Amino acid sequence: MADTDEPEKKRRRVVELTEKMVVDGGSRDGGEWDGRWNHINTFLERPGPFTHPDFEPSTESLQFLLDTCKILVIGAGGLGCELLKDLALSGFRHIHVVDMDTIDVSNLNRQFLFRLKDVGRPKADIAADFINGRIPGCNVVPHFKKIQDFDESFYRQFHIIVCGLDSIIARRWMNGMLLSLLVYEDGVLDPSSIIPLIDGGTEGFKGNARVIFPGMTACIDCTLELYPPQINFPMCTIASMPRLPEHCVEYVRMLLWPKEKPFGDGVGLDADDPEHIQWVYQKSQERAAEFSITGVTYRLTQGVVKRIIPAVASTNAVIAAACATEVFKIASSAYIPLNNYMVFNDVDGLYTYTFEAERKENCSSCSQVPQDLHFSPSAKLQEVVDYLTENASLQMKSPAITATLEGKNKTLYLQTVASIEQRTRPNLSKSLKELGLLDGQELAVADVTTPQTLLFKLSFTS
Amino acid sequence: MAFTKASKDQKYDRQLRLWGDHGQEELENAHVCLINSTASGTEILKNLVLPGIGAFTIVDGHKVSGEDVGNNFFLSNNSIGRNRAQAATELLQELNTDVSGNFVEESPEKLLDNDPEFFHRFTLVIGVQLPESTCLRLGSVLWNANIPFLVCRTYGLVGYMRLVVKEHTVIESHPDNALEDLRLDQPFAELKNHIQSYDLEGMGKKDHSHTPWIIIVAKYLEKWFSEHNFQFPKNYKEKEAFKQLIRQGILKSEKGTPEDEENFEEAIKNVNTALNPTKISSGVDDIFNGEQCNDITSQTPTFWVMTRAVREFVHNDGGGNLPVRGSIPDMIADSEKFITLQNIYREKAMQDASVVSKHVESLLQSVGKPSESISEQDIKLFCKNAAFLRVVRCRSLAEEYSVETVNKDAITSCMDSADGEMVLYLMLRSVDRFYQQHSRYPGVYNYQVEEDISKLKLCVNSLLQEYSLNVNVKDDYIHEFCRYGASEPHTVASFLGGSAAQEAIKIITRQFVPFNNTFIYNAMSQTTATFQL
Repeated sequence: MADTDEPEKKRRRVVELTEKMVVDGGSRDGGEWDGRWNHINTFLERPGPFTHPDFEPSTESLQFLLDTCKILVIGAGGLGCELLKDLALSGFRHIHVVDMDTIDVSNLNRQFLFRLKDVGRPKADIAADFINGRIPGCNVVPHFKKIQDFDESFYRQFHIIVCGLDSIIARRWMNGMLLSLLVYEDGVLDPSSIIPLIDGGTEGFKGNARVIFPGMTACIDCTLELYPPQINFPMCTIASMPRLPEHCVEYVRMLLWPKEKPFGDGVGLDADDPEHIQWVYQKSQERAAEFSITGVTYRLTQGVVKRIIPAVASTNAVIAAACATEVFKIASSAYIPLNNYMVFNDVDGLYTYTFEAERKENCSSCSQVPQDLHFSPSAKLQEVVDYLTENASLQMKSPAITATLEGKNKTLYLQTVASIEQRTRPNLSKSLKELGLLDGQELAVADVTTPQTLLFKLSFTS
Repeated sequence: MAFTKASKDQKYDRQLRLWGDHGQEELENAHVCLINSTASGTEILKNLVLPGIGAFTIVDGHKVSGEDVGNNFFLSNNSIGRNRAQAATELLQELNTDVSGNFVEESPEKLLDNDPEFFHRFTLVIGVQLPESTCLRLGSVLWNANIPFLVCRTYGLVGYMRLVVKEHTVIESHPDNALEDLRLDQPFAELKNHIQSYDLEGMGKKDHSHTPWIIIVAKYLEKWFSEHNFQFPKNYKEKEAFKQLIRQGILKSEKGTPEDEENFEEAIKNVNTALNPTKISSGVDDIFNGEQCNDITSQTPTFWVMTRAVREFVHNDGGGNLPVRGSIPDMIADSEKFITLQNIYREKAMQDASVVSKHVESLLQSVGKPSESISEQDIKLFCKNAAFLRVVRCRSLAEEYSVETVNKDAITSCMDSADGEMVLYLMLRSVDRFYQQHSRYPGVYNYQVEEDISKLKLCVNSLLQEYSLNVNVKDDYIHEFCRYGASEPHTVASFLGGSAAQEAIKIITRQFVPFNNTFIYNAMSQTTATFQL
């Protein structure tokens, strides 16, 4: 019977989870040898004047790192490869890595766990294999998946999570996920529900590393203004007034390709297909010639279509190392962690700036303060959607808005499912009053930038 | 299996977008020497092998220990007991088949004794975890041979780099925030004529809204001049008034409300920078006044011949200004107006470059060298970057370490913040002293930590006394450096590996600007500092 089955199922799940938390597959031979962990032991076994107040020197700390501590690395690319190496050589053995991508030739100049023969294979798998083979006893578990494919039960098992992502959306999603794990009792945050998030990012010769204690320190959304939205060229420039070679490429990508369908009906531009890029390149040259614009090259064309960000091994090494040092500090309590944001730039000499990013009082993600939306009752729903996407602190991508009307949950607008988009599109040009919304009404907004629905309070202005 | 040119383009695409094909060529022609393949060393090399350095040679007389394998990604436990140079070369070579890896199973001290000219074949020498005496000996050899030397070490949670190069010139410094070279304060003839050809008042609406902001600012400047006795807007008040003047030029609708003219908004936004007077920066001025610039001989490097040629241009042809850069930023405008304006600047730049070229030719002739020895392409690149030239000169290690020439001022003033990075530098110098006296570093074994603290303190005091440094080093740091036991944690070595490799790439490609000359990384606070010692 369902009722009596449940407690047994629950018990078994709890046992499973607990086991998972201690050791995860460990059939591998530890392969220890003398002196292996000497470089780390100094920091675990010896007292010192600058250690964390909670630090207690012990010969058992190493065992915790080796046998118990579980780290999740998000991304197995430029930062991810470095992170896996750094963690494995710092005593961490139970590491999971998530990456949804496969290996490309252009990765090989910095993602050093991959070789030419690996092109096309999943990054997570190859990275895990390489580390496990090179570092005896290390057990990296790969997941060839999107971070959104996992739920709280997956993320809850880790002691610390490190991100080496190349997308702000993904960062915000992880941020939201860890915030959703927080447990509040009578308004007080239970510290055991906090999973520290170390986040690294790089671009050319610039990078940053930050430490986030969800619910306690500034989260990703608290400092969203630090990531200015990507500027796209205005449509009229692309359509009729190109001036730069980039404008010519965007014209071909956005306007000419849908018109000419060069590889068949319904065949979208595949940025990774050299034949597609070659076509775009030729057409861009023609467009440029029309307007006497110079400078369209194959490299430029590819860069624009794929939105390529230049990258080198060195910057990734620096930022990942800083992140891994923080993981070690937190896992061992050896030192006070970075508080809480470091930027790095080695264009001219080497420059770093370390500061404490502040929590935003009314952060849409971590402040637990319901966000107010101020609109006139005659404002159209489209204006609300525009606000959610354009506001610098929210920067949503395609918000889906639902509200409780007459006791029923009604979807006002949703973009990501074609049939629902069509059905709800007329609502965009209706006023909030027409839609039956009341002053003080709660609107629930879902978006790709957060795993949890955000609640807003509608506040009518006159 | 080597890569073809096309596949190398693919593999290196992401870095070619930073230093170009010519930078990559320099990298592929370079041969770097690494001394000591500890974790710091192999991490530095990894970040040079991956981008395709031509060749590396590891010099290391040590045998692989268990401890070495524990923190080094490029040593495996089955290499314990083998020569470390050889073991590391195998796993580093495996990273990139384009690169040629070599090793010498010898200590640098022996090489300095028997064959110091061994080091002359390298583009750059990187010395890792070197004892002070070896460092100074090698520094002297490389200084006299004019070979750049990069000293690196990881000591506990501290990273250290010291660049030693007599003179390093940079044409392509790629500054992050470069000011445009628009010449609005002194428009050259072709630009003046082009501005004249515009009649803002007589234009139709479409043309009016699509006139480049450079033209707008120029036109309103003319208006301002006529009303202000040919003086530029000087202070904040006048600049605001000037912006207002431009704003009044925005077309109005029939109702009298201003139209949406983004190009005018752009003009207003850019007034402050547009009104910056065209002038040569003090940095470039210093370069023009450099010794090498005055005395051109057949040995003079290309950089200085071109600098001299540009200086001649500035004094004789440019009216005190550098050759026109030739680029303008994108701005709201129709294609034709923008391209025409852009070409005005481009053609002037080409003209100026060919005048510079004539100066180069006559300079080369005067020292009996063919004019082909410096290509047109190189001259054009130089002219384009004339405002961003940089020269880095580092003091020698001998100068840093000598009591007569030690940089007391820098050390003393930085020690005003007692917990900054300078104290870490003094501690590194102190542990070197300890090593000289005791043939070991402090606190390597647990039982040594306590007793070594007082010994290390004696070293600190003798160091401060010898250099007459009236500063205070807190006991905490002495304790901490004993605690480190000369350990080399991998994450700190890896941070240093990335930092050092990029500095090496800057030296080799001559692009971007290297640090000068001492860099300290503090992994406890995740802070860094650069000192010129």
